Amino acid sequence: MIEITLTDWQILLVKLLIILIVVPVGALVGGYVLHKEMAHMQHRLGPMYAGGWHGWAQTLADGIKFAYKEDIIPASADKRVFSLAPAVIFVPVLLLYLVIPIDQNLIVEDLDVGLFFLLAIGSVGSIGVLMAGWSSANKYALIGALRSAGQLIAYELPIVLSAAAIAMLAGTLSLVGIVEAQDWPYIVWPPGIGLALFLLFLAGAMAEMALPPFDMPVAESELITGPFTEYTGMRFIFGFFFAETAHMIAFAAIGTTLFLGGYKPIVPWEPLEVIPGVLWFFVKTSFMVFLLLWVRFSFPRLREDQLQKFAWKALIPLSLVLILATGAWILYGP
Amino acid sequence: MPEGYFGSYVTIGVFAVVGLVLVFGTLALTRLLRPNVPTRAKTLTYESGIDPIGTGWAQANVRYYVFALLFVIFDVEAVFLFPWATVFEDLGTQAFVEMVIFIGVLALALLYAIKKRVLEWL
Repeated sequence: MIEITLTDWQILLVKLLIILIVVPVGALVGGYVLHKEMAHMQHRLGPMYAGGWHGWAQTLADGIKFAYKEDIIPASADKRVFSLAPAVIFVPVLLLYLVIPIDQNLIVEDLDVGLFFLLAIGSVGSIGVLMAGWSSANKYALIGALRSAGQLIAYELPIVLSAAAIAMLAGTLSLVGIVEAQDWPYIVWPPGIGLALFLLFLAGAMAEMALPPFDMPVAESELITGPFTEYTGMRFIFGFFFAETAHMIAFAAIGTTLFLGGYKPIVPWEPLEVIPGVLWFFVKTSFMVFLLLWVRFSFPRLREDQLQKFAWKALIPLSLVLILATGAWILYGP
Repeated sequence: MPEGYFGSYVTIGVFAVVGLVLVFGTLALTRLLRPNVPTRAKTLTYESGIDPIGTGWAQANVRYYVFALLFVIFDVEAVFLFPWATVFEDLGTQAFVEMVIFIGVLALALLYAIKKRVLEWL
């Protein structure tokens, strides 16, 4: 075997290349899966022509089309903030991928506060959405941005509190440590609490990403595309489509890491140990993406006030109770 | 590579810069592909096809400001919760009871807010 030694900066370069390939390709495949799952679940055909087999080239064609679109900035917009907003939305989503372990030793940077980093970086995108909505000087965009800010204060706490309970169970904030601390049967353990935390996290995550049934900020039937109404071409891709799909995959990966045992085999059985952790991680993340899309295509949109009511009168009290229940389970449980 | 506690954040910083380069680099590159003919009709604010009335920075009622106030309180609580969460198992019952009291006080405040009907959509 050839021994290859790399300096730290060369390793960083390799990581950079991997992330810059995996994230866009993942977003493209995710976009295709999104179209197809929507088509099948809602009894529609969806794009079937491009590329021949089941319209596989449709997302690629969409991407190329957007590259050729004129970049229109409205005359009355705050131009500097308007051009910066897509980057403020997209970059945090990219940073989410850095701390997720896809195998025991395969992680870009194992921060000792990985979980906290995810939560902190994950909500930066909301500032970008607010920037996009306000700078557009468009009434639809303004309403969409305000709804999006309202969304932040409703969903943030269920996510943060359920993550805190996970940190209690693992006794660490490092994501590798959290995966290592999990044992079969993952989310159904501790009984009841694990599953409830998972559902809290799922509801919060879907609201953070503004996926239906929590897509009031971009509600296309009332607000065109909400904060992104004035965006065209590549700016629209980075701020909205790309960021949305990459965000969805990132959250599926985070859910896998926190609740489904990350890169560990689904059942602790000797022969399954030979399958590399990356593959397990991929299978579980795909399942999470499927789950997120399934919910997305099945429920009608809530109203903004219903979300606030749901969050403050159901999810947040529930998560406070769950934190105490988790603590009691760890100290006095079997 | 720099060592120490902040050393691992160099990677994060590098990726943040690369992310920015990716976004603005792509925009600069597609400049070569895309047309650029801004006309007045094109750069007019979109308002369902009619000429926009007034400015887009219209007055809007932020109905959830009470929720936002509560949110800040609970988010600060989370800051205290995370350091506690990682060590409470070693500290045992005493630390747990302290957190029960802390969360209890906050839960009481939430209950009061609900009772006072401030968590209603105005």
